[in-house]
Amino acid sequence: MTAKTPSKLEKILASGQLAVTSEVGPPRGSDPEVITRKAELIRNHVDAVNVTDNQTSMTRLCSLAACIRLKLMGLEPVLQMVTRDRNRIALQSDILGAASFDIVNILCLSGDHQSFGDCATGQNVHDIDSLQLIQTVRHMRDEGKFLGGDPISRPPQMFVGAAENPFADPYEIRVPRLAKKIAAGAEFIQTQCIYNLDKFEDWMGKARDRGLTEQVHILAGLTPMKSVGMARYMKKRVPGMDVPDEIIKRLADTPKDKQAEEGIKICVESIERLKEVKGVAGFHLMAIEWEEKVPEIVERAGLYPRPSGNG
Amino acid sequence: MIVAEKKPIEEIIDTVKDCQSILVLGCNECVTVCEAGGKKEVGLLASALRMHFLQQGREVNIGERTLERQCDHEYLEEIRDIIDLYETVVSIACGVGVQFTAEKYQTKPVYPGVNTLFMGANEARGVWSERCQGCGQCLLAVTGGICPVSRCAKRILNGPCGGSSAGKCEIHQEVPCGWQLIIDRLKALGRMDDYEKITPIKDWSTDRAGGPRKVVREDLKL
Amino acid sequence: MRLSYPTAIKIIRVPCTGKVDTLHLMRPFEKGADGVYVVGCREGDCHYNSGNFRAKARVEQTRKVLDTIGIGGQRLQMYNLSSSDGPSFARFAEEMQARIVAAGPNPIRTVLEKRRKEGTQR
Repeated sequence: MTAKTPSKLEKILASGQLAVTSEVGPPRGSDPEVITRKAELIRNHVDAVNVTDNQTSMTRLCSLAACIRLKLMGLEPVLQMVTRDRNRIALQSDILGAASFDIVNILCLSGDHQSFGDCATGQNVHDIDSLQLIQTVRHMRDEGKFLGGDPISRPPQMFVGAAENPFADPYEIRVPRLAKKIAAGAEFIQTQCIYNLDKFEDWMGKARDRGLTEQVHILAGLTPMKSVGMARYMKKRVPGMDVPDEIIKRLADTPKDKQAEEGIKICVESIERLKEVKGVAGFHLMAIEWEEKVPEIVERAGLYPRPSGNG
Repeated sequence: MIVAEKKPIEEIIDTVKDCQSILVLGCNECVTVCEAGGKKEVGLLASALRMHFLQQGREVNIGERTLERQCDHEYLEEIRDIIDLYETVVSIACGVGVQFTAEKYQTKPVYPGVNTLFMGANEARGVWSERCQGCGQCLLAVTGGICPVSRCAKRILNGPCGGSSAGKCEIHQEVPCGWQLIIDRLKALGRMDDYEKITPIKDWSTDRAGGPRKVVREDLKL
Repeated sequence: MRLSYPTAIKIIRVPCTGKVDTLHLMRPFEKGADGVYVVGCREGDCHYNSGNFRAKARVEQTRKVLDTIGIGGQRLQMYNLSSSDGPSFARFAEEMQARIVAAGPNPIRTVLEKRRKEGTQR
């Protein structure tokens, strides 16, 4: 697959090298230092940085503004965009806003329901769904037109991605769902964080059988466990999360002050194993409020230094 | 049918607390079926209001009447000769009935006695659930007869989202995931191939978003 | 059995407590009754299968309304017994009487009596 956009992430993936992305969560306030500090921690260890969009429906500094800040710092942002809060006018508008700063990566999502967040009595929008958003960005880029049909002056040159959860229900449509997203125009996928490697490899196998891994770059999502408490919480309370009992046992058997280290070890081991899985094009490290560990994970997994993206 | 729920009596009492005479007006159709605004409920509300005012030591005349429907001129005409006996009307019909009554009797305050919720079906005695949001462009043929607009909390047309868990929606354990239902139905119909067809962006102009709606059938006008 | 029970009780016989409607429970209070109790067959023994369960649900519903409008839901109660259980009937009557005495007169009764007096005085 040859690169179609100026995206550094796309170039690295197109060259066949494993890509590494991570994410930064904006603050619940207007202090830009929070973003710049987190970004600086991971700057040299990732190829692109996702900025979440009002995650779990908690009102935060918007993804677009944070992405602009990252871009001005010289990093490569991935604009996460949910369809929960904006109609098609605002979505297209924000895409152009991002493009005006040469932000060239976008991740199209539905977004958690607003009842989870701080404005549970608000409306949700969902004028278009995440799949239709993928189509929209591709339409704006490839046809150079708005949804309404008029031409766009200086169309966005964005590398379009989507999220996928290999462990969500119903399991039997997980691969058809991936196929559907590719048909809609998704060019890269970042998965939900993986702990059940067997199940993930099964999903990858089915995706390979359908030839989907030739059509899209799949980045395996990983989140290091900080403690056995976190592992248990994720198993019980987070929908669509598959945390095998072996992981919980492994952490429970570790003394409390060593659990964080064990969590990182598990993460690095997962990367090493997934490197061998055909079709895995890279890794998406989501170390929420633990960004300082990303450099260590990347280095221990043998993924440092990062390619310059110019070759 | 339209499904509504009785407003808390305290709320109704607060609305009419200073009235001298009240007509409690029910409806024999949807709100009767969902046991919120029929003849029985008129009787109960009237009785409760009477006892409330009696305790206050006030003489308030509470009338009771149930019309076949409150959304047709002909039926609303039936109260023309008695409506002026009352200062206020508490209509326990759905929001349509309350408004139509108010439009017909412009100088009479008409207050709602129920909260109108959705278009739905009677799953079992005492249980009603939403099925339709009146989007104006029915796509049930594509989704195996299950509506993603009314049964998916995010009205996703190419679902499910990542929050679907064991057949339930992420918002609540008791809400089935609309897309799980669609997939199960497509499987039962042997139409799983339809799942991968991408449903295009919806035209919401026939929905609420397009503004208050009206249907005119020229062939039926007198 | 010739057991004694409070005399201020008016008994209304129904073929089954399932026949008792919520309006039948509201109207006595409107007319000034201090209390209403519904006595039905024991749960599971209803002659007509589930009439007493319906009565129970209606009693619950009406109690809530009576609480909301300030009459007091405790004035309305459901009891279950078998038809030959005279002692229980007497005991329920005593219990109900005690509860009503504790609750005081129905505020509606006070108003209605006052009106009647004013009517004769006018």
